Amino acid sequence: MRFIGVKTAMLAAGLMLAGAGQAAPQAPAAPPPATAATPAATTTAPAATAATAADAKATPAAATPAANDPLLSMDGAPPMKPTAGIGQPVDGEIGLQPQVTKNGERAAGFHNHWLVPTITIISVFVLILLFIVMIRFNRRSNPVPSKTAHNTAIEVVWTLVPVLILVVLAIPSIGLLQAQFAPPPKSAITLKVTGNQWYWTYSYPDNGGFEITSNLLKEKDEVAPGERARTDDDGPRLLAVDNRVVLPVGVPIRLQTTSADVIHSWAIPAFWIKLDAVPGRLNETSFTIEKPGLYFGQCSELCGPKHGYMPIAVEAVPLDVYNKWVVAKGGKVAGAAEPAAAAPADANASAPADANAAAPAGPTAGNAATPAPVTNQAATANPAGAGNTGN
Amino acid sequence: MSDIALTPNAFEAHHGGHEHHHDADHKPGFFARWFMSTNHKDIGTLYLIFAITAGIIGGAISGLMRAELMHPGIQFLGQWANTLNHIRGGGDVNMDQARHLWNVLVTAHGLIMVFFMVMPAMIGGFGNWFVPLMIGAPDMAFPRMNNISFWLLIPSFTLLLASPFFGGADGGAGTGWTVYAPLSTQEAGPSVDMAILSLHLAGASSILGAINFITTIFNMRAPGMTLHKMPLFVWSVLVTAFLLLLALPVLAAAITMLLTDRNFGTTFFQAEGGGDPILYQHLFWFFGHPEVYIMILPGFGMISQIIATFSKKPVFGYLGMAYAMVAIGVVGFIVWAHHMFTTGLSVNTKMYFTAATMVIAVPTGIKIFSWIATMWGGSMSFKTPMVWALGFIFMFTVGGVTGVVLANGGVDDYMQDTYYVVAHFHYVLSLGAVFSLFAGFYYWFPKMSGRMYNEFLGILHFIVFFIGVNVLFFPMHFLGLQGMPRRYPDYPNAFEHYNTVATVGYMIMAAGMAIFFVNLIWSLVAGKKAPNNPWGEGATTLEWTLSSPPPFHQFETLPVIDGGDSHHH
Repeated sequence: MRFIGVKTAMLAAGLMLAGAGQAAPQAPAAPPPATAATPAATTTAPAATAATAADAKATPAAATPAANDPLLSMDGAPPMKPTAGIGQPVDGEIGLQPQVTKNGERAAGFHNHWLVPTITIISVFVLILLFIVMIRFNRRSNPVPSKTAHNTAIEVVWTLVPVLILVVLAIPSIGLLQAQFAPPPKSAITLKVTGNQWYWTYSYPDNGGFEITSNLLKEKDEVAPGERARTDDDGPRLLAVDNRVVLPVGVPIRLQTTSADVIHSWAIPAFWIKLDAVPGRLNETSFTIEKPGLYFGQCSELCGPKHGYMPIAVEAVPLDVYNKWVVAKGGKVAGAAEPAAAAPADANASAPADANAAAPAGPTAGNAATPAPVTNQAATANPAGAGNTGN
Repeated sequence: MSDIALTPNAFEAHHGGHEHHHDADHKPGFFARWFMSTNHKDIGTLYLIFAITAGIIGGAISGLMRAELMHPGIQFLGQWANTLNHIRGGGDVNMDQARHLWNVLVTAHGLIMVFFMVMPAMIGGFGNWFVPLMIGAPDMAFPRMNNISFWLLIPSFTLLLASPFFGGADGGAGTGWTVYAPLSTQEAGPSVDMAILSLHLAGASSILGAINFITTIFNMRAPGMTLHKMPLFVWSVLVTAFLLLLALPVLAAAITMLLTDRNFGTTFFQAEGGGDPILYQHLFWFFGHPEVYIMILPGFGMISQIIATFSKKPVFGYLGMAYAMVAIGVVGFIVWAHHMFTTGLSVNTKMYFTAATMVIAVPTGIKIFSWIATMWGGSMSFKTPMVWALGFIFMFTVGGVTGVVLANGGVDDYMQDTYYVVAHFHYVLSLGAVFSLFAGFYYWFPKMSGRMYNEFLGILHFIVFFIGVNVLFFPMHFLGLQGMPRRYPDYPNAFEHYNTVATVGYMIMAAGMAIFFVNLIWSLVAGKKAPNNPWGEGATTLEWTLSSPPPFHQFETLPVIDGGDSHHH
């Protein structure tokens, strides 16, 4: 593991040096060499931290956009207020939270339109049968019991009919799993989540690897003087956090979870996402948020005394707002400032796996449809797959 | 009680004559009888007393939890934690230590109800009492081992109950009943070690008990009682015993590794040493899933006996019923990872465990429909045990179908670790297993005690308890669907409504339990004398041929089972 980390770091460094040569005569602010290294490192998350960290140090330049951008609230996130009934529970409500991802809608549809009717019908059917036998076959209405104890036909029926019902349910269920496990496109933005006792840290390996730490916002009567307390604009009690995760709408998100101590579980009901954060492992799934909004979740694996006090808040915003936020955080926007010419140049530099790096990525910030630069193969060829976070 | 009748039974047991009972009824003195007992009925009684005691403690703990959860915010936890720490000899605790107490309560409730209430009642209590009686055996195969099976539970339970009092202000095992690593390996102090040793002892007790039941059932059946003539309760205990024998050693291995990880520097479940926390979950649930069938199969057996008795009809589809239990037992071993759908399993693994889990619904469905078919054409009388059995069938169905929802790996991502799961397993346990325990208790109370229970109070107990548990647990489905996670001492205000409703349900349920205890004490003291067979012609198993209570030693001359047309096919 250490070997891999070192190797990747060296590779990243190599790419940067190579890129630096190219970049030197170019426009001042942009850090193309670093972006060349970033996708390489981030596709394999274990190595990502090391590489992106090095990367971030190497390029302190990007922090120019002002932190006083009107779009940004005090924690750096675009100011967005919670909406009742969206992304949070509603008192007295009996159904699922409204879903804002494709897979979430699909799963909710399967649950609401297939599973709930089926189980309701079965339960009511059993209840009706029970009432029938109680009325027709009690001591008064049927004093002489029959001695029937077998009926092969009906036994076959009540074995096969449930089998059929289950097969009918299993088909959409398996399809749902397939959809949930469909790998995200290479252009997906990676959100790496680390569970800690008892807060979450988030890093954005595809955006320069900057990190944010997200803590529960306490109530007014619980904070020390001067400390920030929760307001209703932050979100409901026990759900509001100081630093929200900001994610773009309409762009596939590659979610990776791991933990620094015990097992936690990162969950947002409105996304139909729940993924355990396990020390020593890197779990991955993906989703695409379809509606801007503020979505809340809570840690879903017992992790100690403050298990109930490490909420999750995701703020989904349009991509251009997201990009501005990323820049304000000192991160980099995928392909934003790098001249297209830089990419082919460093293709020569990294020997083994440069074929894809040469892809002429010319996305401009704010264009969601254009894929980010194609992954450098040096990373995908890296054997350090999921299962090693290098903690 | 009006239909008391001494009727011939299908097994036509032949006794050597009633005069034997007088010699057979010589009992040892109090201490020897209850502390050195090797008699299966006395040990069964001890198990039942133990289970009721544990049930009171476990139920009281859930009362504490429901009180705290009635409204958002922390109401009582700090006070309770302070009180506990004063008992430990410390001062007031901080908020995190109070929150730790919440996890201790959650853990204790789960472990007590599983290992010290349901299992001892079903297998140790009713299994010990009625397996030998039903197969026409004088006692269990290994009476002294039976004794140690019970007495191992005393130090085991003591260790668990004592664990919160050690370890200072952070004391108590707050790991959840699943004792997941690395949370369980990270918690300092002796409490978690005590809980682990408690599980070791309880597991050893159960393994010894399982060996005893298997040996008894295979070797000590009365002449003529083939396996296919055994009452379904005996079948259910046989299958359960095999599940115990195969599953508990895996738990023992897993928690032994926990113990060495905690104390001797091994890293079986520590990522930083090359171990894997998920390995623990695989091992735990390889035990844990069969465990849930261990808790319900004897209940299935009891319900079959009761439904047949009060319908005055033999069980419909006897062989299907017996082998459905075998099938549930076998399939129960290959579905464990449906408890781990969010741990990062691969897509193929999730598909397999989704499909395999759904398969369990088939034999379970066979059982539900066969019970209904047993009543179909019958002549039902609605005595208390029968009413509990009817309640069981419906409530277990409701708990079962939400299991079908959870079986879908893609759907479970939403429900995993929410109150939906809490609702599901309380429907199959608190409304399934516990209903079957009450059904069995009322059914066999006359046989065990020699006195009739009060029918009115029995029915009233059912009605109040039934309403209570449904008000308590049904709203938890809604909380889960709205996303409320388990094991939280406090929750966002939007979860208040149904939490308040659930707590009201708890109070109703508790009132039902008060009726039960009034009935129990009243009946033991002043209940009418029970005849050999208070249930009439429908009660065809061998225990009803004996006096109530049975003689201290029964079947010194083995009964001979001839014909046995009830299960003929």
